[in-house]
Amino acid sequence: MKDDTAQKPDSNSGVTRRDFMKISGIGVAVPLVLGPKLVEAAGEEVAVHGPGKVAVTLDVNGRKLTAQLEPRVTLLDALRDNFNLTGAKRVCDRGACGACTVLMDGKTVYACAVLAIDAQNTKITTIEGLAQGDALTPVMEAFVEHDAQQCGFCTPGFIVATTHFLASHPSPTMEDIRRGLSGNYCRCGTYNGIRAVALATKGRVS
Amino acid sequence: MQAFEYASPTRKEQVATLLGEHGAILAGGTDLLALMKDDVVTPRRLVNIKQIETLRGTSYQPGNGLRIGALTTIADLVEDANVRQNYPVLAEAANEAASPQIRNLATIGGNMCQRPRCWYFRNGLGLMPVTADGKSMVLEGDNRYSAILGNTGPAYFVSPSTIAPVLIAYGAKIRLYSPSAPGSGVRELPLENFFVIPKSQKDSEHDLRPGELVIELVVPPPSQNVKIGTYEVRQRAAFDWPLAQATAVLEMDGNTVKSARIVLGHVAPIPWLDIGGAQEIIGKSITPETAMASANASVALARPLSHNKYKITLTKVAVKRALLKAAVHNSGGAA
Repeated sequence: MKDDTAQKPDSNSGVTRRDFMKISGIGVAVPLVLGPKLVEAAGEEVAVHGPGKVAVTLDVNGRKLTAQLEPRVTLLDALRDNFNLTGAKRVCDRGACGACTVLMDGKTVYACAVLAIDAQNTKITTIEGLAQGDALTPVMEAFVEHDAQQCGFCTPGFIVATTHFLASHPSPTMEDIRRGLSGNYCRCGTYNGIRAVALATKGRVS
Repeated sequence: MQAFEYASPTRKEQVATLLGEHGAILAGGTDLLALMKDDVVTPRRLVNIKQIETLRGTSYQPGNGLRIGALTTIADLVEDANVRQNYPVLAEAANEAASPQIRNLATIGGNMCQRPRCWYFRNGLGLMPVTADGKSMVLEGDNRYSAILGNTGPAYFVSPSTIAPVLIAYGAKIRLYSPSAPGSGVRELPLENFFVIPKSQKDSEHDLRPGELVIELVVPPPSQNVKIGTYEVRQRAAFDWPLAQATAVLEMDGNTVKSARIVLGHVAPIPWLDIGGAQEIIGKSITPETAMASANASVALARPLSHNKYKITLTKVAVKRALLKAAVHNSGGAA
């Protein structure tokens, strides 16, 4: 492309391409994080955040973590992309497979089905927060013993779900185990091993 | 997922203003976020209602029955002592829904507003998908899970909630709030009237007006002479929607059915009030023979599409087994 073409003013806007580049550069220099706008609703001002980035603070495994996130970022993506907690896996991203299972205020949820901004003021526990240091929990040890994984991608979600299930069901039947772990899929088909884990560790998880 | 604004009001009076014309209500989010990720719905603002305390909790009074706040999660409903004791079939249906992780997030208000699972709809083709030459994609295509009742068209999807048919059988009402509605702003209607069969692409499958919010469900107290049973025919034992579901609430006079209410799920675009099946069982005692006669009456008006004739058989199974389960059921309350 010839230089003079770039210099020619745009007949529609009156802005040269070079000017446009300069304006864009200024635009980038303006901070992307703005305070919320306030919308009056029923006699009170309500903060409206986004659609740009907003300061989001999460309580994960007992630590306060803050990042600038758009409201559309899920808890799962925030954990993995912003907080380097990659134990919870992104598989279906539609709340159907269980690979992203974490605890929210002590209950199992799919991290892909929760917005990060909506997870503020709750306590999140991920697979990384279940163990103390490098020592494996009884459920983790049993996963190894009972060969309850193959490719291993579903394993973190299954361990969180199994741990929570056994903590709330100290003496489950096999039928209880099947139902209690029905929110997690293993496409390698290691269900027999996983159910053996639950039977072997029941009563030992709190 | 497209970008959106996010607000968390603390009072229900604020919701309508915040929603504006292009907002959506966020409660549990288990259905909404998946629809947004697939661009099936693209709200410009989400109004999170979970900070509105008045939408929380359940209460039970023997004279007035049960109130379920819209934000009550499905897991809360399963664990609720009043629900388990007085509405055991409701607890049973709630416990069969979805998976533990979903039940911990999903709310009863959201469950009533759940959008159809129809794969045409979930792929962004709308509730009444048509081909370029104006033919119904559902009639022409794969309709194995589509409606067999209430399917004179153009809607052929099935209502997705497994809990709504049970609540309707119990005689539940839904309460909706909008600041622009007359009086207190609360509109109450029988739950069955909340579900409507849309007639055109513009219509919704819910009688939910712009700016309106589900605030609670109210269920009348169980009467002493009532027998209740529910049955779901499923492909998978858990974490799936049934292929057919029936709930029967029978008021008994000794061993004879005095009045009956049967509600079918997953067979029509709305939870289906089964008038024919209910009529058939009135005045009779419940036996395998009378239950079968009722089941046959339930599907007398059914019209199969090209790939779902099997659902007629499954619906009969659901009705017969719901009635036989009701026959051995100890009524709720102090029985």
